Amino acid sequence: MDLLQLTAVELSGKIKAGELTVVEAAEAVLEQIKKKDGIYRCYITVDEATVMKKAGEIQKKIDAGELTGPLAGTPVAVKDNMCTKGMLTTCASKMLGNFVPVYTAEAVLRLEEAGALVIGKTNMDEFAMGSTTETSAYGETKNPWDIRKVPGGSSGGSAAAVAARECFAALGSDTGGSIRQPASFCGVVGIKPTYGTVSRYGLIAYGSSLDQIGPIGKDVTDCAALLEAVASYDKKDSTSLKRQDTDFTSALVDDVKGMKIGIPREYFGDGIEAEVKEAVLNAAQVLEGKGAILEEFDLSLVEYAIPAYYTIAAAEASSNLERFDGIKYGYRTEDYEGLHQMYKKSRSEGFGAEVKRRIMLGSFVLSSGYYDAYYLKALKVKALIKKAFDDAFAKYDVILGPTAPTTAPVLGKSLAEPLKMYLGDIYTVSVNLAGLPGISLPCGKDSGGMPIGLHLIGDCFKEKNILRVAYAYERARGPFGEPEL
Amino acid sequence: MAKRLGRKEKKMANEISDEMIEYVGILAKLELSGEEKEQAKADMGKMLDYIDKLGELDTSDVEPMSHVFDMQNVFRDDVVTNGDMREDMLKNAPGEKDGMFIVPRTFE
Repeated sequence: MDLLQLTAVELSGKIKAGELTVVEAAEAVLEQIKKKDGIYRCYITVDEATVMKKAGEIQKKIDAGELTGPLAGTPVAVKDNMCTKGMLTTCASKMLGNFVPVYTAEAVLRLEEAGALVIGKTNMDEFAMGSTTETSAYGETKNPWDIRKVPGGSSGGSAAAVAARECFAALGSDTGGSIRQPASFCGVVGIKPTYGTVSRYGLIAYGSSLDQIGPIGKDVTDCAALLEAVASYDKKDSTSLKRQDTDFTSALVDDVKGMKIGIPREYFGDGIEAEVKEAVLNAAQVLEGKGAILEEFDLSLVEYAIPAYYTIAAAEASSNLERFDGIKYGYRTEDYEGLHQMYKKSRSEGFGAEVKRRIMLGSFVLSSGYYDAYYLKALKVKALIKKAFDDAFAKYDVILGPTAPTTAPVLGKSLAEPLKMYLGDIYTVSVNLAGLPGISLPCGKDSGGMPIGLHLIGDCFKEKNILRVAYAYERARGPFGEPEL
Repeated sequence: MAKRLGRKEKKMANEISDEMIEYVGILAKLELSGEEKEQAKADMGKMLDYIDKLGELDTSDVEPMSHVFDMQNVFRDDVVTNGDMREDMLKNAPGEKDGMFIVPRTFE
């Protein structure tokens, strides 16, 4: 068996057993990147020399018995919006084209402490704004299942790198679906944890009240192990939560007997592709066959999630991205007269179209005279949406639906109609608004062979419920298969 | 269950004026070309038409929710814990001189 086909936890097991070395694993990944990344373009930066040096260091620690965890020795990728000391961090923007952080994001540090080896930084939508990875200033990533299709976004590079076996697992970030939707499109697993579970320190902010870092992996076990490694209370992030129950791998139990799964009728109405609907409902049947109790119900307010989300996300983006002023770091325009023109020209030249679109919308909804009607209104609707989920979770352990209404669209078709692209986020954004955990895992393929994602949503702090259901489904489903690269 | 307001008369589509786009450009600190301005007017108008859907919900008794958990501001003692990071801070600056950021002249 090709070592690249191992899962992260399997690979680490073989390394700890002395059957493989970290250097061999790193070399295999770098070789795969050399062979394949010219096609898929999952990475913005790969730091080969540092990788090989660190591989040797990690091996020594494993040999000395200092690193014993389930991810020790595993080559991983990190989305390019997380700061990595000494390694270029661009956010896929011209604005940060030369930005080399002087510190490392807390989540990445945690992963490194667990013995993972960071291979490089993955492509994404610029500042995580987009659903296709096409807004990147460094070219588009292609879906390993079909290079005519997008990988999804915004963590498209991370999801595609896992699918293309250019790493064993990856970190992404999810503001409105940016981990789960690309995981769905690329046939891999992705988790967005409860808000506050993973430190945002060193994550370049988009929508701070919505952003969460989470894992993308080949299976549920890898994702649980990654999440367990990166979850932590961090006083450097004021929204970080003190949780005691982050032993997520303990939830990998193949038993869903008596678990109550709610299926919102609204998730299967207009706009969903027939093949997606069929695959997701088949997955629900599989779970019923294993003893779960299914029930259809009306989840109210589904159609209000996207307008509320885009209002709040744009508002927070316009505020967060004010820091890019051409003074402290990042791009500065060549010719300018005076301070204000320098700000304006630097920002106008440094940001791409989608980022500017969201900053403009955000500036508008926060402006005097419109604040109450738009921003405050959206925050009130957010409270209603949270209440709708609270009511649902009083009855159900898990909510089941599709991750996205379609499989991956063809490259080059989405950006011309932004509103239509935003509508594809219908199932994912409400999870961020309500701070809930969600997981996407593959549950079938459409007639074109493209992966379909099953989306499981849990109540706040109930990652273990969705992990358990996902694990049980995955066991029943069997191996999903890999793309032919 | 949220109350829904009765179906109102169809609201006029949002027309973004030139003045409004200028004003938002100032707030956003963005300098848009003529073509970009026209595009921004169209995009913003369409997006606001869509966001206006939120107006269907009666939220008069609802408190705005900025944070999903009942969290308060987090404070710490006012004690310096980090060392001198001046050199690090300046490493990514587009312009730096004598340990300071270079900025354009702001006073004449």
